[in-house]
Amino acid sequence: MFCFLGLIFWLTITGANYPSKMLSNLFSCIEIELLKLFNFLNSPEWLTGLFIDGAFKTLAWIVAVMLPPMAIFFPLFTILEDLGYLPRIAFNLDKYFKKAGCSGKQSLTMCMGFGCNAAGVTGARIIDSPREKLLSILTNTFVPCNGKFPFLICIASILISSFFTNSFTSVLSALIVLCLIIFGIFMTLIISRILSKTILKGAPSSFILELPPYRKPQISKIIVRSIFDRTLFVLGRAILVAVPAGIVIWLFSNISINGLSILSYIANFLNPFAKLIGLDGYILTAFILGIPANEIVLPILLMGYMNAGTLVGLEDYSTIGTILFQNGWTVITFINVMIFSLLHFPCATTILTIKKETNSWKWALLSFTLPTICRYFNLLSYKFLL
Amino acid sequence: MKILTLDKLPLNITAKIYSLNCDDILRRRLLDLGLIDGTKITPIFNSPFGDPIAYKIRSSTIALRKDDVKNITCIITL
Amino acid sequence: MGFTNSTTDFIEYKNSFVKKNEYDFTIALAGNPNVGKSTVFNTLTGMHQHTGNWPGKTVSTASGFCKYKDKNFLLVDIPGTYSLMSNSEEEEIARDYICFGNPTLTVVVVDATCLERNLNLVYQIFEITKNVIVCVNLLDEAEKKGIKINFKQLSEELGVPVVGTTASKPKTLKKLLDTIYNVCTGSITSNPKKVIYSSVIENCLDSLEEKLNYSRLFIKMDLFKINR
Repeated sequence: MFCFLGLIFWLTITGANYPSKMLSNLFSCIEIELLKLFNFLNSPEWLTGLFIDGAFKTLAWIVAVMLPPMAIFFPLFTILEDLGYLPRIAFNLDKYFKKAGCSGKQSLTMCMGFGCNAAGVTGARIIDSPREKLLSILTNTFVPCNGKFPFLICIASILISSFFTNSFTSVLSALIVLCLIIFGIFMTLIISRILSKTILKGAPSSFILELPPYRKPQISKIIVRSIFDRTLFVLGRAILVAVPAGIVIWLFSNISINGLSILSYIANFLNPFAKLIGLDGYILTAFILGIPANEIVLPILLMGYMNAGTLVGLEDYSTIGTILFQNGWTVITFINVMIFSLLHFPCATTILTIKKETNSWKWALLSFTLPTICRYFNLLSYKFLL
Repeated sequence: MKILTLDKLPLNITAKIYSLNCDDILRRRLLDLGLIDGTKITPIFNSPFGDPIAYKIRSSTIALRKDDVKNITCIITL
Repeated sequence: MGFTNSTTDFIEYKNSFVKKNEYDFTIALAGNPNVGKSTVFNTLTGMHQHTGNWPGKTVSTASGFCKYKDKNFLLVDIPGTYSLMSNSEEEEIARDYICFGNPTLTVVVVDATCLERNLNLVYQIFEITKNVIVCVNLLDEAEKKGIKINFKQLSEELGVPVVGTTASKPKTLKKLLDTIYNVCTGSITSNPKKVIYSSVIENCLDSLEEKLNYSRLFIKMDLFKINR
């Protein structure tokens, strides 16, 4: 089962490289043309900077880096879904979920969570017992949704490609992502167990699940639907989020007071807190600014480090790696960032969905604080262990 | 003829349901699935970790936990 | 797998603006989980609800339009349920819709490969509503298993029109549309043969109905609940 998942990650990472490169080449061509256009219009330097270095580059970055892995991962996952494999996962893992005091159907909602945590939360309706349903809703964020997922793939690829340059890089990156997912499942089980021993007491209820026969997936239909429904939707969202975010961040990193940019001020302010958990100020700033959409964390981070307020192209993962290492990142920082991102609190849509499903702000709030507590606990304990 | 609880029924042996002594909600669910007195039931495979067992019930495959089927008795005709 | 317009409630939002006069009849699609209701729904309406081969894929109702001949139909895809004596929230949504949504016609989609179990829900729906069509889906899979279904006899036994379909092949749904059209316009009637209980129970039901001035349906629903 985990081999299956690993294989999917590997296919995603390997497959995504080519369209990523193509897209980034395409965007750099467009950028040159846009620059010409702005020069032709005699636009002031700040305007060119704002639109090209801020808005356009962030957008290009997100589309080139985030879209290909999603466009490959989701059809593959949907094929598994149409095949009828998901109930088997629930069947296989039920024993552990039972030990954690929750329902095996929780693994179905977790699978939905890969697509979107909000969908996973709504999907929890299939769980009969209200207690187990709540557990499933509260722990759904430990599954990386499609906002965090490409980020994890990206960070893993950067880490690996700065050490190895042979053909094993994608296998190793896939392994890292797989380990993170397993870590997420592990966290889900532990938190479920803790909750079911404390505030959500109760014995596990019964579990009845129909295992449908394997059916041949309609592959062509899946591909068409994934492109139209998901990819275009993600693209639209990326444009909506990336353009304003790019502008704001460009302003933050270019407006300077006493020779230091606003971004640096924020980062310096957050630095002590960040250092405590093995990160640095810029990373924390990027995550905070990335609350509306996790996709923009990495572009913000790079902009912060470059200080010039512009983004590097992503011709090569190892170039990005070099920049990160120059800014004091270590392997441990990489791991910390990945854990930090995995245990990031849910996005606003998910929190609202939780509120709607549970009819109470209390649970929505808990779903927000739970990952945060776990995250700091994890990173702190991790730091002291080293 | 032998009466035993469903969790003791070996794989691929067909038995007939004799009684459902589970709690009300579970009983209701099982009845909804067509599991009534005299229904044929066959355990067909185990989960890799042993616990839920997949049963063939009226030509569909249903997974049930061991703890839940302990309260169901069935008859094997030898 | 979600994260599209449909999962972010866009469709539900859109549906709340559907005007009453835009369609002639409401058709509910009910059935056990994972029998292909959503596939039937998608094919008929041309919409793209997410489908998947596992029970519990659809957890909220979705609606869409379908025009056939001179009539407009509002199709409502409801979550799969094994029975109306609901346990989980998604089944409650299904029950509430069938009981209180007042569809003109309920199409019960059943799985040809395990017909027997599916008929349980068919009989429960008979208790609630008169206009029912049984749609025997997944015929291709049944054929592979060597199962043949005598539609004529099934229809006689149940008292309602029975149609065989393979939802993944759009052509096979034409007969279903024909039947829906005919039942809605009244050229075919469905007379579900309800389960007749023992005379003791039937008599009790009669007197309860009279004393409580309460529809027989709701008495049965309440009894279902007590039974649970």
